[in-house]
Amino acid sequence: MDRNQSRRQVAAMKQSLFDQGLLDEQFIQLEELQDDANPNFVEEIVTLHYRDSSRLISSIEQALKEKNPLDFNKLDTLMHQFKGSSSSIGAKKVKAECNLFREYCRVGNAEGCMRSFQQLKKEYATLRKKLEAYFQLARQAGPQEIACRSK
Amino acid sequence: MAAAGDVFLPEVGAGKLHVLAVDDSHVDRKVIERLLKISSCQVTVVESGSRALQYLGLDGEKSSIGFDSVKVNLIMTDYSMPGMTGYELLKKIKESSVFREVPVVVMSSENILTRIDSCLEEGAEEFLLKPVKLSDVKRVTDFIMKGEGKKGVKKSHKRSRSDDYSPPSSSSSSSISTAFSSVSHPCDLSLPASPSSALLSKKTRLSI
Repeated sequence: MDRNQSRRQVAAMKQSLFDQGLLDEQFIQLEELQDDANPNFVEEIVTLHYRDSSRLISSIEQALKEKNPLDFNKLDTLMHQFKGSSSSIGAKKVKAECNLFREYCRVGNAEGCMRSFQQLKKEYATLRKKLEAYFQLARQAGPQEIACRSK
Repeated sequence: MAAAGDVFLPEVGAGKLHVLAVDDSHVDRKVIERLLKISSCQVTVVESGSRALQYLGLDGEKSSIGFDSVKVNLIMTDYSMPGMTGYELLKKIKESSVFREVPVVVMSSENILTRIDSCLEEGAEEFLLKPVKLSDVKRVTDFIMKGEGKKGVKKSHKRSRSDDYSPPSSSSSSSISTAFSSVSHPCDLSLPASPSSALLSKKTRLSI
């Protein structure tokens, strides 16, 4: 009863994240790796991602301050790592912003980089907030409603 | 039982492949480890090419003799890593008399044909696009398992010589994943934009 309702809410929340274009298929791929022995695998991965991405955001911020001129190679390398980490959790919109940033790096457009980075941080913060709400609700709803693996 | 001098099969592990995974991303290490464990592999994960060489005993510290070296059936490495790239690691492995026969799979988020070509030319078994999926890993590990079987080493399970479904050493869905493998990447069939990772094997024994 209550549990079913909670689970429906979780499913609806997840669907909305997909509908808003925030997540892609990789997130589903990760959920399918969960089982009774590893019920929180996705959350663990996402938490690791936050750790990596916080560090990378700081580094990029720092690198953007070191103007005259901007080190586009360094920025591109950092963003490549950020993109990889985002891609691994299925962060669709964030990944798209990463690509945009890297394009600006490639053509040496400093303004573009900075604008794109501001947008990226917004998308990242939005996703992070929504995922935190999602995982909290999922935990409250009890054992994962997706138990895809019998192993 | 492994034949004497056979460097490919671990002596323990009851028929499990031992896979060494190399990636500088903590997230990706965790994911590949999970994918490999689900695919019934024994997994060692390291964070860099130099750590991988250290693990394999190829870092110049020649303290171990041939038959004492660690036994690895497959190496999966990220391409873009600081310090030593996956490509450089691949080269070092292929230069090693002990490990040159170990299949190496390179993983990359970037779909760059010249990169893929050079890895395959250098002897990589396959090039996988990231994010790597379970179907990719299952296909690769199934293939390696069959390869080990064809080398004629005796195991407790009968090993079929045919190219049909692999023996049920892992989950019963292994044959299903083989069937899925040809569409494991969404952009599969539109060459040259995104070549299917299945097409990027130099060996054509895979059932595509």
